[in-house]
Amino acid sequence: MAASLSVVFCGVRFENPFVLAAAPSTDNADMVARGFEAGWAGAILKTTSVESELVSLAYPMMVGLDIDTRRLVALENIDLISERHIDQVEKDVRRLKKEFPKKVVAASIMGAKKEDWEELVRRLEAAGVDLIECSFSCPHGMPEKGMGSAVGQNPELTEKTARWVKDAAKRVPVIIKLTPQIADIAVAAEAVKRSGADGVTAINTLKGLMGVDLDTFVPYPNVGGYSTYGGISGPAIKPVALRCVAEIARKVDIPISATGGVTTWRDAAEFLLLGARTVQVCTEVMRHGFRVIEDMTDGLANYLEDKGFSSVEELIGKALPHIVEHSQLPRDGKVRAHVDPEKCVRCGVCYVACRDGGHQAIEFGADRLARVDEEKCVGCGFCPTTCPVFDCLTLRPASAGKGRAVS
Amino acid sequence: MTERVTHDVSLSPRQAAAEAGRCLFCYDAPCVKGCPAGVDVPVFVKKVASGNWRGAARVIREANVFGGTCARVCPTEELCEKECSSGLLGGPIPIGALQRLAWERGTAGATAGGARGAVADLGADAGTASSGKRAAIVGAGPAGLSAAWELRSRGWDVTIYEATDKPGGQLDWTIPSYRLPSEVVAAEVGAIVAAGVKLRTGVRVGREAAERLLAENDAVILAAGLGAGRPGGAPGEGRPGVVGAEEFLARARESRARQGGSTCAAGAAGAAGDLAGKRVVVVGGGNTAMDAAVTAAGARATRVTVLYRRTAREMPAWPREYRGALAAGVEFLWLAQPVAFEDAGKVEGGGQGAGAAGGPVTAVRCGRMALGAPDASGRAAPRPVPGSEFTIEADLVVMALGQGPNQEIVEAFGLAADRAGRPMVDPSGRAQVSVRALPAGQASKAKVFVAGDLGSGGATVVRAVAEGKKAARAAAGELPPSAPRGEQGSNGR
Repeated sequence: MAASLSVVFCGVRFENPFVLAAAPSTDNADMVARGFEAGWAGAILKTTSVESELVSLAYPMMVGLDIDTRRLVALENIDLISERHIDQVEKDVRRLKKEFPKKVVAASIMGAKKEDWEELVRRLEAAGVDLIECSFSCPHGMPEKGMGSAVGQNPELTEKTARWVKDAAKRVPVIIKLTPQIADIAVAAEAVKRSGADGVTAINTLKGLMGVDLDTFVPYPNVGGYSTYGGISGPAIKPVALRCVAEIARKVDIPISATGGVTTWRDAAEFLLLGARTVQVCTEVMRHGFRVIEDMTDGLANYLEDKGFSSVEELIGKALPHIVEHSQLPRDGKVRAHVDPEKCVRCGVCYVACRDGGHQAIEFGADRLARVDEEKCVGCGFCPTTCPVFDCLTLRPASAGKGRAVS
Repeated sequence: MTERVTHDVSLSPRQAAAEAGRCLFCYDAPCVKGCPAGVDVPVFVKKVASGNWRGAARVIREANVFGGTCARVCPTEELCEKECSSGLLGGPIPIGALQRLAWERGTAGATAGGARGAVADLGADAGTASSGKRAAIVGAGPAGLSAAWELRSRGWDVTIYEATDKPGGQLDWTIPSYRLPSEVVAAEVGAIVAAGVKLRTGVRVGREAAERLLAENDAVILAAGLGAGRPGGAPGEGRPGVVGAEEFLARARESRARQGGSTCAAGAAGAAGDLAGKRVVVVGGGNTAMDAAVTAAGARATRVTVLYRRTAREMPAWPREYRGALAAGVEFLWLAQPVAFEDAGKVEGGGQGAGAAGGPVTAVRCGRMALGAPDASGRAAPRPVPGSEFTIEADLVVMALGQGPNQEIVEAFGLAADRAGRPMVDPSGRAQVSVRALPAGQASKAKVFVAGDLGSGGATVVRAVAEGKKAARAAAGELPPSAPRGEQGSNGR
């Protein structure tokens, strides 16, 4: 029997854990409708605010990071909240809820003052949203106006603002989108918990600067000869997002919607294993379209089946018991690097890496085959990361008599 | 000299950087060993990946003063790319294409000096402090020029003696211009000459001159290339319309140069008038035969047929060249060899009909061959099939059976030679000069080295360059080579 992908988050049922994050892909009802038709369980409409909050965009607003042949390892944007009028957003919500009653339609909101937040909640709730997400986390543009990550970086402000929203919401759950740009993201999550809000989204983009044009000296993106810092998303930020989700899950009892670098069902499964209940996707959808949901759900379902799980719920948090403080890590196991001579392409990359970045434990003979000296190898794990052949250089328990046995 | 490949697949800088990014940056990289000139491939490829074009071109030039030429004609598939570790993964790094782009972009910077100036700017400090040593170099092809560059950069007083009226050798002679534009050669040759190498063209070195060169120089490097094409031996080979591949290719290049064309070999008409409407038969299965066939096809010949006595499997031409010929519409007649070249009157041999050579060729009488047991070359030996003769029409026959060494030079310097007439040399390229080249009782002052096709019997440009370099280093007393350069050890030469 196929495993169930259905999951409940903050009391709202999602037919699968995959949600379109607040982003350009959710900036109008036509796009979201296509996303729903493709199979997305929910969508968080692009962040909206009250009419008085003027949105002045600057173009170009996006720039990618390439590494060798791989494009868009990361994306930087200096986009702001939606330019669309709140009236239009309300119309979109009504239409989407009518056309897709089983899909989760959420709004993302951002306000400058208590009255703004309250008005936004009132109007969107009335329009029929299932969930409200508050951005306390946008790292560019908004903080200089006291909004976005300026709120999320201050636990007291986070608690106070979250409480305004939660108190205003009569019907729907409220979740707070957090910034990773804070010393301890669990502290921010605790503040949300204290406010009474229902859940958190982690993480918003990382504030960054994508690069500098070596000819013009203008950083990217070049907006008429000037640039500014932006929000970094995409595969490169996944490790930061995973860590943030794990830290919150281990310390705070609050539902988590994870986002940050999800490109495949594998990434999503990792977030779920670390305690997230839903997973939001933005950059990969922008790049390859709503259709990417097909393999995300298919792959996740097959994975659950392969692992003998009957539902996504069983997966959630399974990795958390394996995370401890560094001082608590076991010290008695010994592993050593091992080269598979059948797979080795004799490039010598591991030899150089161990020589100049490790313990001089790899020998490279006239036959160009890398050999590990188990007496010198400490099992640091660096060389496998350099091998161009997957599964050729691996870590294995040390041979008998070489070091101590793996516990 | 046989050169086939042209890296005309132009990569954009970003594509090149992406391809270069796949380079594993091997330790003691196999590709470097695959390069006769020992170009530090991973180092230049990494510079391509980082967009350091000038640096990349400099690394290439450090090892190969004809880096731009070789970027066009080097058979990288058979050399560096064949050794590439990535070949076992997603496919080899396209080193040749990267070298071409590195060269083009790395030399594009200079403005005042044009390409030549830009090339020279990349060079080492050629012609610095004088070493007080003198060298004579015979032959201004890639081997001789490479040797000249190496010695000049060590402060030697270098003079090149070239029999023709300009430097470049085969680079500017038989390599089809669609493979190697004259400007590329001119820039690199010009940079070498500009470094202070004395060039004397139109000088044929005979016995007397040889004697003088041996007496007046510290080193003499013989890089005079190949001599006449080998004859096939069938009757009628002297007829008008039967030409050697070298002559055919040289005229094609000359003709194209006159027309100022740049992309095809339409000027091949030189050897036998306009090839439009003509049937061309090329005899031989080597890379030069492929060049001749493709050149003829490019000159609008109606039909081009390569006649080879073995099959595609045994053919010495590289697969890529064979594919190129097929793509050009060349036909191949395997297991066949000419037994006579006929004219309209079917008169065999010379001495009758129109003049001593007979009338112009109109047909090739061929005999079928069968393959037997392997011969000394390890390939199946072809033997004639009795009673199998047939005739194909031909308006032009190009003989591409290889060339022998330049006997004039071997004799002038009294070099000890093997049975094939090639001078015998030690691993550094040093040759033995027999006493008959010198006045009685007088020993040669100069050490004598052989480099390039004169010794190899015909190989690649890059090998000629490498041999010129090696001979120069041996002359300067630097062989065996000093320890591998750099800690990476990727340059083992």
